[in-house]
This record gives sequence, C-alpha cells and structure tokens, in this order.
Amino acid sequence: MNSLNEFTGQARELMRRDTTWPFLVPRRRSPDVSKNVILYLEGLSVSFDGFKALNDLNLYVNDGELRCLIGANGAGKTTLMDVITGKTQCDSGSAWFGQNIDLLAHDEAEIAQLGIGRKFQKPTVFEAHTVFHNLELSLQGSKGVWSALTAKLSGAERDRIDEVLNIIGLEKARFQMAGALSHGQKQWLEIGMLLAAEPRLLLVDEPVAGMTAEETERTAELLTSLAGKHTVIVVEHDMEFVRSIARTVTVLHQGSVLAEGTMDQVQNNRDVIEVYLGEEA
Amino acid sequence: MIRVNPALNTVVKNVWSTVGSVLSNLRQPGKGSSMLVGVLLVTTLAMSAANLLLPVDSPLYVSTYTITLMGKYLCFAMLAMAVDIIWGYCGILSLGHGAFFALGGYGMGMYLMRQIGDRGVYGNPDLPDFMVFLNWQELPWYWSGMDQFWFAVLMALAVPGLLAFVFGWLAFRSRVTGVYLSIMTQALTYALMLAFFRNEMGFGGNNGLTDFKDILGFDLQSDATRVGLLLVTTLLLVIAILTSRAIVQSRLGRVIVAVRDAEARSRFLGYRTEHYKVWLFVYSALIAAVAGMLYVPQVGIINPGEFSPLNSIEVVVWVAVGGRGTLYGAIVGALLVNYAKTRFTAIMPDGWLFALGALFVIVTVYLPQGLAGLLQRFSGDKPEQAAGRELDSDASNGVSGREANA
Ligand SMILES: Nc1ncnc2c1ncn2[C@@H]1O[C@H](COP(=O)(O)OP(=O)(O)O)[C@@H](O)[C@H]1O
Ligand SMILES: [Mg+2]
Repeated sequence: MNSLNEFTGQARELMRRDTTWPFLVPRRRSPDVSKNVILYLEGLSVSFDGFKALNDLNLYVNDGELRCLIGANGAGKTTLMDVITGKTQCDSGSAWFGQNIDLLAHDEAEIAQLGIGRKFQKPTVFEAHTVFHNLELSLQGSKGVWSALTAKLSGAERDRIDEVLNIIGLEKARFQMAGALSHGQKQWLEIGMLLAAEPRLLLVDEPVAGMTAEETERTAELLTSLAGKHTVIVVEHDMEFVRSIARTVTVLHQGSVLAEGTMDQVQNNRDVIEVYLGEEA
Repeated sequence: MIRVNPALNTVVKNVWSTVGSVLSNLRQPGKGSSMLVGVLLVTTLAMSAANLLLPVDSPLYVSTYTITLMGKYLCFAMLAMAVDIIWGYCGILSLGHGAFFALGGYGMGMYLMRQIGDRGVYGNPDLPDFMVFLNWQELPWYWSGMDQFWFAVLMALAVPGLLAFVFGWLAFRSRVTGVYLSIMTQALTYALMLAFFRNEMGFGGNNGLTDFKDILGFDLQSDATRVGLLLVTTLLLVIAILTSRAIVQSRLGRVIVAVRDAEARSRFLGYRTEHYKVWLFVYSALIAAVAGMLYVPQVGIINPGEFSPLNSIEVVVWVAVGGRGTLYGAIVGALLVNYAKTRFTAIMPDGWLFALGALFVIVTVYLPQGLAGLLQRFSGDKPEQAAGRELDSDASNGVSGREANA
C-alpha cells in the first residue's frame, strides 16, 4: 500500500504540468576549472583581408576573476570577444573553456548555452518587447523551438526575473518597452539579460559608454559584485572606470598582449608608455 | 476667429472619446483578431443564408458569383496572413509565397482532375484530357493516388512543406538574409513557373488544370457546394488565425520577434535562430498551401500563372497596406486591395498594375505601419501602455502579458 502511494506520488510528479521532464532539460556541461583557470586562449590569430586583427594572442583568465582589457581603438578587443563567443572563426590558435571544452568546436548558440554571456559594444536589447520579456527570453533553460512554444514561466523563473530587475534597478520599468529606455538603461538591461542567464563567464564590451557619472559608478559596483561568483572580462576605454574596478589589467596592442598586471604596474610599463605616448593613459 | 458652440463641442468630444476607446480597445493585444474572426463568421454566414434561403429577386439576395468572389478573397486573405507571419513577425520578406499557394492549388487540382473521370472531352477514364492530347499512354507515377481526396490533401501539404523546409534550411543555415533572401524566393517561384509551363512536366502546361466537375461527389457548379466551400474557407481561415495568434503570443512568438529585431543578440542568448526561422517558414508555407487548395475548387482553374513572381509581390502589397505584424492587418489589407482590384479592373483593366504600384509607394511613404498603424495612431494608445494594462488586468495569472498585438 505504502509503495503504491509512493508510486502514484512519483507518477504525479512526473506528470506535473508546470515542469519539464528532467531528461528533456539539456544538461549544461560545466567547465572543468580544477586548475583554477577558466579561459585558456593560446596563439590566437585572426586576419581580415590580410590585416591581422589578432596576432598570436595568449591570455589566461582565472575562475572568478574580474579582468579588464584595455587598448586603443582597433587593438582587437571586440574581435577577441567574437572569437570566444563563436562569432568569428580564427585562423590559428586554441580557445578552451576550462580544461574540457574546446570553444572553437562550438557555435554561438552552443557557447551561450555553455554559460558564456556577452554584452555588445552597442547596447542591444529587444526593443519591441517589455523589459520583463527581455529578461524572460534570456533565462537559462532549453532554447529549442518546441519548448519555446509550450513554455510557461515557473515561480522560480519569475523570482529570478524579479531578482535581476532589482539588481539592475529597473523594477519600475518592468512593463516598459525596451525601445523606450534611455541609453544607460539599455546598457543595464543588457547586463541584466546576461545575469538572467546565469553565465559562468561574462564578456562585457564597453559597458559605460554613454553613461552618466552616477550610472558609471553604479555599473562599477555591479561588476565588482559579480566577480567571484562569475568570471567577468570587461573591455573599457574609460581609465577612471578601469582603475575603480580592476585588479588585473591586460593591455592589447595590435592584436596581441602588450602587458599584464595591476593598474599601477601597467601604467608604469615601458612598452605601454611608449605605445600610449601622448595619450592620456 | 471661429466660434464653436460649447454644446456641439462637448458632443464632438464625446463622440471622439467613444471612437477613441473603441479603437484603443481594438489595439489591445488579441482584440483585433478576435473582432475580425467575429466579423468574418457573421458576414459569411449571413451571405450564405442570403444565397440559399432568399428568392433570387429579393433585394437582399446574394448571388453565387458574389459567394465565390468572397471565397476567393478569403483565400487571398489566408495567403496574406501567411506572408505576414514570416515578414511581419520575423522580418523575412518572402517574395515567393505564391509558389506554396500554387503548389497547394496544384495538389487539389490534380484531385479534381481525376474526379472528372470519363466525363472529359476524350472520355478517357484514367487520363486527363491534356494527357490524351499529348498522346500519353498511361498516368505518370506522380499522379497515382491523387484520385483519393485524403492523399491529394496530404500531398498538397507535404510538397510545399518539404520545399519550404529544404529551401529554408539551406538559406537560413547559410545565414542568407534581407534582399538576397527575397531574391532567392523570387527565383524559386520563377523557376517553378517555368517548369510548370512545360507540357512534359505533366501538369497541363500552359493551360493548367481546369474543367473540374465535382469535389467529394458534390457538383462544383451547384449553389450549395459554392456556399459550402465558402464556409469551409472561412472556418479554416478562422482556425489559421487562432493558431497563428497562439503562436505569436507564446514565448515562441517573442523569440521570433527578437530574431527579427536583434538576431545576433538572440544567438548569443543561446537561441538557434535558424531553427526558428525554418519552422516558421514551413508553418507559413503550409498555410499558403491550404489557401491554394481552397482557392482552386472555387475559381475552377490552376495554371502556371499562379507562380508568377508578380503574384507574390502583390501579396506583399496587401500585407503592407493592412499593416505588418498584426495578423488582422494582413487579412483586412488583402480583402480591401482585392475588392479594389475587382472594381478597378472592371473600369480600367490595364491600369491596375499602376494603381497597385502607386498604392505601394503611398503606403510605404505615408503609412509605414499600414492601416493597422493608422488605427493605432487614432486611438492614441502607446503600445507599452497597452501591454502594461494587459499585464495589470490579468495579474491573477501572473505575467502572461503579450506585447505582440494580434
Ligand atoms: N569583420 C571585420 N572585417 C574586417 N575588419 C574587421 C572586422 N572586424 C574588425 N575588423 C578590424 O579589426 C581591427 C580590430 O577591431 P576591433 O576588435 O573591433 O577593435 P577594438 O574593439 O579593440 O576597438 C580593426 O582595425 C577593425 O577595423
Ligand atoms: Mg570594440
């Protein structure tokens, strides 16, 4: 009798309308970070019509780190993100997520599902959707056509959206069309979309471009608070901003790493000074 | 200075606000298509009753010609909706949807052809007249089974569906977008037109398939069959509207709009955008095929002209006039433009193409959102307010608000 009850209980659990069967939920492969390194980039080269946007680039990023990438315009920072996220094929080199996942063998959608989120240089949100739905679409979970057709928000997912809205300070704008947000708010929404997906690694391209001083400060706080739980790579031009968040800074120049270290070390590095001579950095 | 009578002023204001609230009501997600479904059902039922029950000399009598014309318009409306789903919601401008429509039509035409039996001019029980004329001795293999209604319907869906799948899979996987994709769809329908013009293809060549006698045993010339076809068309159109609305209001619909507006962003969120596009394209092609299947028994002929690239472009104009991305806009646009076409060609048969071109230019320049956009402007309702209100109104249901208006 008891076992029968147990069985019906289990059967009912299996038939619950508000959940998906566990075996249908794609298992997210997680990167093996036993060596404490989450991203291995070795000998990456990319050329566009003979122009080397990345030139034998080597970069290692530790798990939970907040890393700043700086470099002049055209140094290859965005291209580097394109390679990591599968948008651009590289000519040579290797890119590993943890010790076990070869990023070059996956496409954009798979890499996103593996837990690498990306914010574009130009803020990109779904303008015809509300803030809420922008976050809904970003939630972690199955991204297949069929599951989208039958998807229903679970309580946990709704809580997650509320949590993210809270973090990015857009609770009041939840039902506003994303297209009607200010530039800074769009930047935040896009960061929120990354957070909703709960990625292991966040690539953030120029997050404070076009933000007011106050917004910039809040963004700095947010990014610092994310480090630890997530690994964050930030590309930024604003040196003041970089100084306020960075522990380790990597300087890119003409597609390869010129220097790496703390902000002070980098600023006193002779190569960096030479390259930036006459510039404010 | 113009003196305005204050009483008149308030009356005008009241009327305005009533009109405004009706319009803004219409603007609420889902309202437009619900209202349209109601109007369609009532109109076609009334027309049918007026045709069958009233005497011919009654002023309210609706002629069988009108019934058939209405049925034809509704088929076009369904085709327009198919284009709207793919263009309005996903930003894929297909200039070749006429091909799926025509393929569906040919499937039905083959069935109707086989139903003629030995009543053709040559009296051959197996071979359609045009095959006897070409001195063919037996039915080509791809005509076998087409005398069964269910099989013909299956084929009329499977062939365009498969074509859409293969075409979409090749195009979207290679990330062909924008103008290049539109040109490819034009090429597709053009190539099919050339192929179907050839006699050796075995589809009646230039003349196509015609002289149908009956469908499922019902005489195609009788009033009751005509009315029946109109009602079936209406019913299927309503089903197509409701299904499509359910799709565009689901999360799937939101992903599709996301792909339209920021495809790269959707990809980096983990969506396989090409899968979404392929399946939506197939769905849209199937609806176009159903429209074609319903069209052929009502107009009594299908020929390669239906594949003409111009036809597909015309459909896009209907959608543009009605307003993209609303479902009901496409249907209203198709009905209005086709009614105008019927009227216009009666007066100036050669002028229609110019009128159509002018219409397209005017709509593109002055009404980029089509008539549905005009409605929106008059009701003075911002989309975000509408969405917000919807969200508030069904708070019990949690958040199931939908900004896709359909
Ligand atoms: N798709 C592309 N085709 C051709 N050249 C490109 C492409 N993407 C980037 N580049 C070039 O590569 C260089 C590096 O660009 P990018 O990575 O965007 O620099 P950053 O983000 O550091 O400013 C630039 O000179 C840019 O013009
Ligand atoms: Mg850049």
